[in-house]
Amino acid sequence: MRIQVNGEARDVAATTLAALLRELDFEDLSVATALNQSFVRKSDRHQTRLKEGDAVEILTPRQGG
Amino acid sequence: MDSDGLTFYGVKLASRLIVGTAQYPSPAILAKAVAAAKAEIVTVSLRRESGASRAGENFWSLIRELGVRVLPNTAGCRTVKEAVTTAEMAREVFDTPWIKLEVIGEEDTLQPDVFGLVEAAAILALDGFQVFPYTTEDLVVAERLLGAGCEVLMPWGAPIGSGRGLNNAYGLKALRAHFPNVPLVVDAGIGTPSHAAAAMELGYDAVLLNTAIAKAGDPEAMARAFALAVEAGRLGYLADPIEPRDMAAPSTPVIGRPFTDLARA
Repeated sequence: MRIQVNGEARDVAATTLAALLRELDFEDLSVATALNQSFVRKSDRHQTRLKEGDAVEILTPRQGG
Repeated sequence: MDSDGLTFYGVKLASRLIVGTAQYPSPAILAKAVAAAKAEIVTVSLRRESGASRAGENFWSLIRELGVRVLPNTAGCRTVKEAVTTAEMAREVFDTPWIKLEVIGEEDTLQPDVFGLVEAAAILALDGFQVFPYTTEDLVVAERLLGAGCEVLMPWGAPIGSGRGLNNAYGLKALRAHFPNVPLVVDAGIGTPSHAAAAMELGYDAVLLNTAIAKAGDPEAMARAFALAVEAGRLGYLADPIEPRDMAAPSTPVIGRPFTDLARA
Protein backbone atom coordinates (compact mmCIF):
# COMPACT_ATOMS: atom_id res chain seq x y z
CA MET A 1 0.00 0.00 0.00
CA ARG A 2 1.32 3.40 -0.93
CA ILE A 3 0.87 6.22 1.57
CA GLN A 4 2.57 9.52 2.38
CA VAL A 5 4.72 9.54 5.51
CA ASN A 6 6.02 12.96 6.51
CA GLY A 7 5.50 14.16 2.96
CA GLU A 8 7.27 11.24 1.27
CA ALA A 9 5.62 8.43 -0.66
CA ARG A 10 6.24 5.06 1.01
CA ASP A 11 5.17 1.52 0.21
CA VAL A 12 4.25 -0.04 3.52
CA ALA A 13 2.89 -3.36 4.74
CA ALA A 14 1.28 -1.94 7.89
CA THR A 15 -2.48 -1.58 7.93
CA THR A 16 -2.76 0.36 11.18
CA LEU A 17 -0.98 3.44 12.47
CA ALA A 18 0.52 1.47 15.36
CA ALA A 19 1.89 -1.13 12.94
CA LEU A 20 3.30 1.63 10.74
CA LEU A 21 5.29 3.05 13.66
CA ARG A 22 6.66 -0.44 14.33
CA GLU A 23 7.51 -0.95 10.68
CA LEU A 24 9.34 2.37 10.45
CA ASP A 25 11.16 1.79 13.75
CA PHE A 26 9.54 4.75 15.51
CA GLU A 27 7.94 2.66 18.19
CA ASP A 28 10.20 3.56 21.09
CA LEU A 29 10.50 7.27 20.22
CA SER A 30 8.54 10.21 21.64
CA VAL A 31 6.34 10.85 18.65
CA ALA A 32 2.94 12.35 17.99
CA THR A 33 0.89 11.27 15.03
CA ALA A 34 -1.64 12.77 12.66
CA LEU A 35 -3.61 11.13 9.88
CA ASN A 36 -4.80 13.33 7.04
CA GLN A 37 -4.16 16.45 9.15
CA SER A 38 -6.11 15.22 12.17
CA PHE A 39 -4.40 14.30 15.43
CA VAL A 40 -4.44 10.62 16.40
CA ARG A 41 -3.86 9.89 20.08
CA LYS A 42 -1.29 7.33 21.06
CA SER A 43 -4.05 5.20 22.55
CA ASP A 44 -6.00 5.27 19.26
CA ARG A 45 -3.16 4.19 16.97
CA HIS A 46 -4.00 0.47 17.22
CA GLN A 47 -7.50 0.90 15.88
CA THR A 48 -6.58 3.55 13.32
CA ARG A 49 -6.58 1.79 9.96
CA LEU A 50 -4.59 3.05 7.01
CA LYS A 51 -5.76 3.14 3.43
CA GLU A 52 -4.13 3.84 0.09
CA GLY A 53 -3.20 7.49 -0.32
CA ASP A 54 -3.38 8.41 3.38
CA ALA A 55 -1.08 11.16 4.62
CA VAL A 56 0.59 10.37 7.94
CA GLU A 57 2.61 12.84 9.98
CA ILE A 58 5.02 11.55 12.61
CA LEU A 59 6.49 14.40 14.64
CA THR A 60 9.08 14.57 17.40
CA PRO A 61 10.37 17.30 19.73
CA ARG A 62 12.61 19.81 18.08
CA GLN A 63 14.24 23.19 18.70
CA GLY A 64 11.78 26.07 18.62
CA GLY A 65 11.51 29.79 19.17
CA MET B 1 11.31 44.54 45.66
CA ASP B 2 10.08 42.20 42.98
CA SER B 3 8.59 39.70 45.37
CA ASP B 4 5.23 39.50 43.57
CA GLY B 5 6.61 37.13 40.97
CA LEU B 6 4.95 36.21 37.74
CA THR B 7 2.04 33.84 37.23
CA PHE B 8 1.06 32.12 34.01
CA TYR B 9 -2.11 30.05 34.31
CA GLY B 10 -1.61 29.56 38.02
CA VAL B 11 2.09 28.68 37.72
CA LYS B 12 4.33 30.99 39.73
CA LEU B 13 7.67 31.88 38.19
CA ALA B 14 10.68 33.85 39.32
CA SER B 15 12.29 34.38 35.92
CA ARG B 16 10.88 36.88 33.46
CA LEU B 17 13.03 35.76 30.57
CA ILE B 18 11.69 33.02 28.30
CA VAL B 19 14.11 31.70 25.72
CA GLY B 20 13.83 29.75 22.52
CA THR B 21 15.94 26.66 21.88
CA ALA B 22 16.60 27.03 18.15
CA GLN B 23 19.63 28.13 16.14
CA TYR B 24 22.34 27.57 18.77
CA PRO B 25 25.79 26.54 17.55
CA SER B 26 25.55 23.31 19.58
CA PRO B 27 23.41 21.56 22.19
CA ALA B 28 26.09 22.26 24.81
CA ILE B 29 25.95 26.00 24.11
CA LEU B 30 22.16 25.90 24.24
CA ALA B 31 22.35 24.31 27.69
CA LYS B 32 24.85 26.91 28.92
CA ALA B 33 22.78 29.78 27.53
CA VAL B 34 19.57 28.56 29.18
CA ALA B 35 21.42 28.36 32.49
CA ALA B 36 22.98 31.81 32.05
CA ALA B 37 19.57 33.27 31.16
CA LYS B 38 18.19 31.77 34.39
CA ALA B 39 15.19 30.85 32.27
CA GLU B 40 12.47 28.70 33.78
CA ILE B 41 10.60 28.29 30.50
CA VAL B 42 11.97 27.40 27.07
CA THR B 43 10.08 27.16 23.82
CA VAL B 44 10.19 24.02 21.71
CA SER B 45 8.53 22.73 18.57
CA LEU B 46 7.49 19.56 16.78
CA ARG B 47 8.96 18.60 13.46
CA ARG B 48 8.94 15.60 11.16
CA GLU B 49 11.09 12.74 12.42
CA SER B 50 13.41 11.24 9.89
CA GLY B 51 13.91 8.14 12.00
CA ALA B 52 17.53 7.11 11.80
CA SER B 53 18.96 10.36 13.15
CA ARG B 54 16.91 10.22 16.36
CA ALA B 55 17.33 14.00 16.37
CA GLY B 56 14.07 14.50 18.19
CA GLU B 57 14.88 12.00 20.92
CA ASN B 58 18.33 13.48 21.55
CA PHE B 59 16.96 17.01 21.71
CA TRP B 60 14.14 16.01 24.04
CA SER B 61 16.49 14.32 26.49
CA LEU B 62 18.71 17.41 26.53
CA ILE B 63 15.72 19.62 27.36
CA ARG B 64 14.55 17.28 30.10
CA GLU B 65 17.99 17.43 31.67
CA LEU B 66 17.74 21.23 31.85
CA GLY B 67 14.89 20.91 34.33
CA VAL B 68 12.85 23.74 32.83
CA ARG B 69 9.22 24.00 31.78
CA VAL B 70 8.56 23.75 28.08
CA LEU B 71 6.27 25.97 26.07
CA PRO B 72 5.63 24.15 22.78
CA ASN B 73 4.87 26.32 19.78
CA THR B 74 2.86 25.93 16.60
CA ALA B 75 5.54 27.74 14.59
CA GLY B 76 5.05 27.78 10.86
CA CYS B 77 1.36 26.89 10.98
CA ARG B 78 -0.63 28.87 8.45
CA THR B 79 -4.15 27.67 9.06
CA VAL B 80 -6.37 27.14 12.07
CA LYS B 81 -6.51 23.42 11.31
CA GLU B 82 -2.72 23.07 11.17
CA ALA B 83 -2.27 25.02 14.39
CA VAL B 84 -4.95 23.08 16.28
CA THR B 85 -3.59 19.70 15.13
CA THR B 86 -0.03 20.71 15.99
CA ALA B 87 -1.15 21.86 19.43
CA GLU B 88 -2.90 18.56 20.06
CA MET B 89 0.22 16.66 19.02
CA ALA B 90 2.42 18.86 21.21
CA ARG B 91 0.21 18.35 24.25
CA GLU B 92 0.64 14.60 24.01
CA VAL B 93 4.40 14.57 23.41
CA PHE B 94 5.37 17.33 25.83
CA ASP B 95 2.70 16.50 28.39
CA THR B 96 1.67 20.11 29.01
CA PRO B 97 -1.52 22.09 28.38
CA TRP B 98 0.62 25.14 27.52
CA ILE B 99 0.82 26.12 23.88
CA LYS B 100 2.47 29.11 22.23
CA LEU B 101 -0.08 29.61 19.51
CA GLU B 102 1.23 30.92 16.21
CA VAL B 103 -0.91 31.23 13.12
CA ILE B 104 1.28 32.93 10.57
CA GLY B 105 -0.44 35.22 8.11
CA GLU B 106 2.31 36.70 5.99
CA GLU B 107 5.68 35.42 4.81
CA ASP B 108 7.81 38.57 4.79
CA THR B 109 6.94 39.73 8.27
CA LEU B 110 5.81 36.40 9.75
CA GLN B 111 3.09 38.44 11.36
CA PRO B 112 0.19 36.66 12.98
CA ASP B 113 -3.02 35.99 11.12
CA VAL B 114 -5.00 37.47 13.96
CA PHE B 115 -8.34 36.20 12.63
CA GLY B 116 -7.09 32.64 12.50
CA LEU B 117 -5.36 33.16 15.83
CA VAL B 118 -8.57 34.11 17.63
CA GLU B 119 -10.42 31.20 16.04
CA ALA B 120 -7.71 28.67 16.95
CA ALA B 121 -7.37 30.10 20.47
CA ALA B 122 -11.10 29.61 21.08
CA ILE B 123 -10.99 26.00 19.88
CA LEU B 124 -7.94 25.17 21.99
CA ALA B 125 -9.11 26.95 25.14
CA LEU B 126 -12.39 25.03 24.99
CA ASP B 127 -10.38 21.84 24.72
CA GLY B 128 -8.48 22.61 27.92
CA PHE B 129 -5.35 24.19 26.49
CA GLN B 130 -3.67 27.12 28.22
CA VAL B 131 -2.96 29.34 25.27
CA PHE B 132 -0.09 31.83 24.92
CA PRO B 133 -1.05 33.61 21.70
CA TYR B 134 1.64 35.23 19.58
CA THR B 135 -0.23 38.34 18.52
CA THR B 136 0.19 41.98 17.55
CA GLU B 137 -0.26 44.98 19.84
CA ASP B 138 -3.81 45.49 18.51
CA LEU B 139 -6.18 46.19 21.42
CA VAL B 140 -9.26 44.80 19.74
CA VAL B 141 -7.54 41.55 18.84
CA ALA B 142 -6.30 41.36 22.42
CA GLU B 143 -9.87 41.70 23.70
CA ARG B 144 -11.00 38.92 21.38
CA LEU B 145 -8.18 36.65 22.53
CA LEU B 146 -9.12 37.20 26.16
CA GLY B 147 -12.74 36.54 25.26
CA ALA B 148 -11.63 33.31 23.60
CA GLY B 149 -10.13 32.16 26.90
CA CYS B 150 -6.51 33.32 26.76
CA GLU B 151 -5.09 34.42 30.10
CA VAL B 152 -1.72 35.57 28.73
CA LEU B 153 -1.00 37.74 25.69
CA MET B 154 2.24 37.79 23.75
CA PRO B 155 2.40 40.79 21.39
CA TRP B 156 5.35 41.08 19.06
CA GLY B 157 8.02 43.72 19.48
CA ALA B 158 9.03 43.43 15.81
CA PRO B 159 8.99 40.68 13.18
CA ILE B 160 10.42 37.34 14.30
CA GLY B 161 14.19 37.22 14.03
CA SER B 162 14.49 40.86 12.92
CA GLY B 163 16.18 42.14 16.08
CA ARG B 164 14.56 45.53 15.60
CA GLY B 165 13.30 45.89 19.15
CA LEU B 166 10.01 47.55 20.00
CA ASN B 167 8.60 48.82 16.70
CA ASN B 168 5.56 50.34 18.34
CA ALA B 169 6.41 51.23 21.91
CA TYR B 170 3.34 53.45 22.11
CA GLY B 171 1.05 50.59 21.06
CA LEU B 172 2.67 48.23 23.57
CA LYS B 173 2.31 50.86 26.28
CA ALA B 174 -1.36 51.33 25.43
CA LEU B 175 -1.89 47.56 25.63
CA ARG B 176 -0.24 47.50 29.05
CA ALA B 177 -2.41 50.38 30.26
CA HIS B 178 -5.55 48.76 28.90
CA PHE B 179 -4.93 45.37 30.47
CA PRO B 180 -3.21 46.07 33.78
CA ASN B 181 -3.93 42.60 35.16
CA VAL B 182 -3.24 40.36 32.17
CA PRO B 183 0.26 38.85 32.01
CA LEU B 184 1.85 40.42 28.92
CA VAL B 185 4.97 39.10 27.23
CA VAL B 186 6.86 40.80 24.42
CA ASP B 187 7.53 37.95 22.03
CA ALA B 188 9.70 38.36 18.95
CA GLY B 189 11.84 41.07 17.46
CA ILE B 190 14.10 41.66 20.46
CA GLY B 191 17.70 42.19 19.32
CA THR B 192 19.68 43.59 22.23
CA PRO B 193 19.48 43.62 26.02
CA SER B 194 18.37 47.27 25.92
CA HIS B 195 15.29 46.24 23.92
CA ALA B 196 14.40 43.74 26.61
CA ALA B 197 14.97 46.33 29.34
CA ALA B 198 12.73 48.76 27.44
CA ALA B 199 9.94 46.18 27.29
CA MET B 200 10.23 45.59 31.01
CA GLU B 201 10.27 49.32 31.72
CA LEU B 202 6.92 49.56 29.91
CA GLY B 203 5.59 47.23 32.57
CA TYR B 204 5.61 44.04 30.53
CA ASP B 205 5.69 40.92 32.65
CA ALA B 206 8.28 39.03 30.63
CA VAL B 207 10.08 38.84 27.33
CA LEU B 208 10.48 35.88 25.01
CA LEU B 209 13.38 35.75 22.63
CA ASN B 210 15.53 33.29 20.76
CA THR B 211 17.63 34.62 17.88
CA ALA B 212 19.18 37.48 19.85
CA ILE B 213 20.87 34.98 22.16
CA ALA B 214 21.34 31.99 19.86
CA LYS B 215 22.94 33.93 17.02
CA ALA B 216 25.09 36.21 19.20
CA GLY B 217 28.84 35.74 18.95
CA ASP B 218 28.84 34.48 22.53
CA PRO B 219 25.38 33.10 23.32
CA GLU B 220 26.16 32.32 26.94
CA ALA B 221 27.38 35.87 27.67
CA MET B 222 24.44 37.33 25.78
CA ALA B 223 22.03 35.19 27.78
CA ARG B 224 23.49 36.59 30.96
CA ALA B 225 23.26 40.12 29.56
CA PHE B 226 19.58 39.58 28.80
CA ALA B 227 18.93 38.19 32.27
CA LEU B 228 20.49 41.31 33.80
CA ALA B 229 18.61 43.61 31.41
CA VAL B 230 15.26 42.00 32.18
CA GLU B 231 15.92 42.25 35.89
CA ALA B 232 17.07 45.87 35.59
CA GLY B 233 14.09 46.82 33.45
CA ARG B 234 11.64 45.21 35.83
CA LEU B 235 13.21 46.85 38.86
CA GLY B 236 13.21 50.19 37.06
CA TYR B 237 9.52 49.82 36.26
CA LEU B 238 8.65 48.96 39.86
CA ALA B 239 10.72 51.88 41.12
CA ASP B 240 8.41 54.30 39.26
CA PRO B 241 10.57 56.19 36.74
CA ILE B 242 10.42 59.95 36.33
CA GLU B 243 8.51 61.45 33.44
CA PRO B 244 10.59 62.90 30.61
CA ARG B 245 10.40 66.68 30.20
CA ASP B 246 11.25 69.02 27.38
CA MET B 247 13.55 71.44 29.20
CA ALA B 248 16.49 70.99 31.54
CA ALA B 249 16.02 70.99 35.29
CA PRO B 250 19.17 71.32 37.39
CA SER B 251 19.85 68.37 39.63
CA THR B 252 22.41 70.13 41.82
CA PRO B 253 20.76 72.50 44.34
CA VAL B 254 20.43 76.04 43.09
CA ILE B 255 20.28 77.51 46.59
CA GLY B 256 23.77 78.29 47.86
CA ARG B 257 25.31 78.46 44.43
CA PRO B 258 28.42 80.74 44.71
CA PHE B 259 29.17 83.81 42.66
CA THR B 260 25.49 84.55 42.07
CA ASP B 261 26.03 88.11 43.29
CA LEU B 262 28.82 88.80 40.81
CA ALA B 263 28.09 90.29 37.45
CA ARG B 264 29.04 87.96 34.63
CA ALA B 265 31.37 89.25 32.03
